[in-house]
Amino acid sequence: MTGQAHTGRPSKLLRNLSSKIASIPMMLTAVVIFLGGTVWTVVYSFTNSKLLPRAKFVGLDQYERLWDAPRWIVSIQNLAIYGIFTLIFSLVIGFLLAALMDQKIRFENTFRTIFLYPFALSFIVTGLVWQWILNPEFGVQSVVRSLGWESFTFDPLYNSDIVIYGVLIAGLWQGTGLVMCLLLAGLRGIDEDIWKAARVDGIPMWKTYLFIVIPMMRPVFITTLVIIASGIVKVYDLVVAQTSGGPGISSEVPAKYVYDYMFQAQNLGQGFAASTMMLVTVAIIIVPWAYLEFGGRKRG
Amino acid sequence: MKIRSMAAILAATVVLPFAAANATDLEVTHWWTSGGEAAAVAELAKAFDATGNKWVDGAIAGSGGTARPIMVSRITGGDPMGATQFNHGRQAEELVEAGLMRDLTDVATKEKWKEIIKPASLLDSCTIDGKIYCAPVNIHSWQWLWLSNAAFEKAGVAVPKNWDEFVAAGPALEKAGIVPLAVGGQPWQAAGAFDVLMVAIAGKDTYYKVFKDKDEDVAAGAEIAKVFKAADDARRMSKGTNVQDWNQATNMVITGKAGGQIMGDWAQGEFALAGQTAGKDYTCLPGLGVNEVISTGGDAFYFPLLKDEEKSKAQEVLASTLLAPATQVAFNLKKGSLPVRGDVDLAAANDCMKKGLDILAKGNVIEGTDQLLSADSQKQKEDLFSEFFANPSMTPEDAQKRFADIIASAE
Repeated sequence: MTGQAHTGRPSKLLRNLSSKIASIPMMLTAVVIFLGGTVWTVVYSFTNSKLLPRAKFVGLDQYERLWDAPRWIVSIQNLAIYGIFTLIFSLVIGFLLAALMDQKIRFENTFRTIFLYPFALSFIVTGLVWQWILNPEFGVQSVVRSLGWESFTFDPLYNSDIVIYGVLIAGLWQGTGLVMCLLLAGLRGIDEDIWKAARVDGIPMWKTYLFIVIPMMRPVFITTLVIIASGIVKVYDLVVAQTSGGPGISSEVPAKYVYDYMFQAQNLGQGFAASTMMLVTVAIIIVPWAYLEFGGRKRG
Repeated sequence: MKIRSMAAILAATVVLPFAAANATDLEVTHWWTSGGEAAAVAELAKAFDATGNKWVDGAIAGSGGTARPIMVSRITGGDPMGATQFNHGRQAEELVEAGLMRDLTDVATKEKWKEIIKPASLLDSCTIDGKIYCAPVNIHSWQWLWLSNAAFEKAGVAVPKNWDEFVAAGPALEKAGIVPLAVGGQPWQAAGAFDVLMVAIAGKDTYYKVFKDKDEDVAAGAEIAKVFKAADDARRMSKGTNVQDWNQATNMVITGKAGGQIMGDWAQGEFALAGQTAGKDYTCLPGLGVNEVISTGGDAFYFPLLKDEEKSKAQEVLASTLLAPATQVAFNLKKGSLPVRGDVDLAAANDCMKKGLDILAKGNVIEGTDQLLSADSQKQKEDLFSEFFANPSMTPEDAQKRFADIIASAE
């Protein structure tokens, strides 16, 4: 696409034509790979395929087994905890940072870079870094203890009850910068005149944010929400790098269940059933969004 | 210009494989990456290179659980390697059934594998519908308890001679700041430790009733309840291990930070690499010192069906090299495992290996769980036991109930 733009054909028809041709592979990919693959997966989730797919249908057996498996239940619970807290915290912290950034502070570029930097790291690196930071023998706990607080205990990754929060911290550290940037862009899109008008009316700053600016930023918030939500559903590498699901099974997530059962347990049917359930989860998120975004536009 | 250099590069990539075809390169994938294992696999590579071919090492780090999916997807995805490690048994069963693996019956008949490989169950595990599909290279047994002599000295108790003494010594070890039993966080370690406890405490018959006949009543019965009781002890004693990999856990025993570890005889390679001597620095108890039985699972090489004739020939050479007496001795001494042929001389073997050879000679052997259960059931078992070992609030009774369910649904 950019290559085309550089050679600079001014003719509108030709440019449209080439972009149309260029998008054919993507359209094919979307239809054949994404849609076709999805349908295929759902169909085969009703079979007893083991290592290789076999069209021997067993009804809802795979789903019954799935919902009887304690590990799947733990995975779903973890995803719910991780999801809800990620949504809340990354939006709240991200917005606060963006609002602070918007106060015409000095060195804004520097701060923005610092906050966005973690996002440049992959989840694997993030997970490993936080595995070390939260390791009781090398990380935070040992630092605080060496400062004199001998009984200080902070080992979330080795405590089944709170391990998912250890993962959450790493996830937030990585993702909040992006949320901040998106919301900052949204804030910059608010007309200066609105601020002036609010100031003339004597509305305090926090009220202006809460009742005027935030409602005006609805589209940005919805986009941000979708980006965060899709990141939540697919969380896998972070857990693999940080805890590999442990201790025991207490930080397992659905995506890891899918992978482990498809490849390690050589049970494709079970993995497909689990991934179909994930698809349902995504649909639950996407459908309301589509309704809000596209349905809303028609009304407006 | 650009196009021409591109074309040259493209041509080069096409020409290269032909040019190199004289000394055939054979990529061999395996998951032997810890220190002792890497030293052992180097022996195999040396022996294969000596035949005029070239061993291209395809080590995949992160234990079998990580490596096997990669191997399987390469074979099913049409990018097969020259040869690959699997634990023989049921891991490659479906690949064979799908016709993706090479039949080695000709090589096996020529080299009389049926006569030299002992115990015969090893070759049986490679045999599907009367055809031989893999070359076993070693016998690995799970049923060992490794003890650090230094740790027991520090705690002021005698080195235990069996599991019960070990459990009794637990509190003394804890008092000395030593973790009594090292159990790494990888799920297969907890599941494996349980299987070992089962053979040692409930005996061979019960073990077969549960894993071979898949008798759920036995799995839910009183004998297995005793095993879960012992697993409960093991769980209590493993608190504070906080490492993931098995060799890190073994390292805790080597350095005296842990009293002992239930681990297969591959742990011995680590002790050897650390320069420790069996009997002096560490003690090994086969069958946990209770029931001297060892399982005869192990590693085997499978050969995917290749179109390239040169490579297919090299596969045959590799298969016979792996079973050559010299290779068997060199490899197994480094690996800490037992050779698959009964006719090689292992004078250089240490105390622990000799114990193993003795048990093997007496015929006190069982089939390993990899040979008896499907990967699916093994995974469910791993999920159960990794949860059990990490979660002190899960009662042995609940765990046993779930165990019986897994056995009931096993194929």
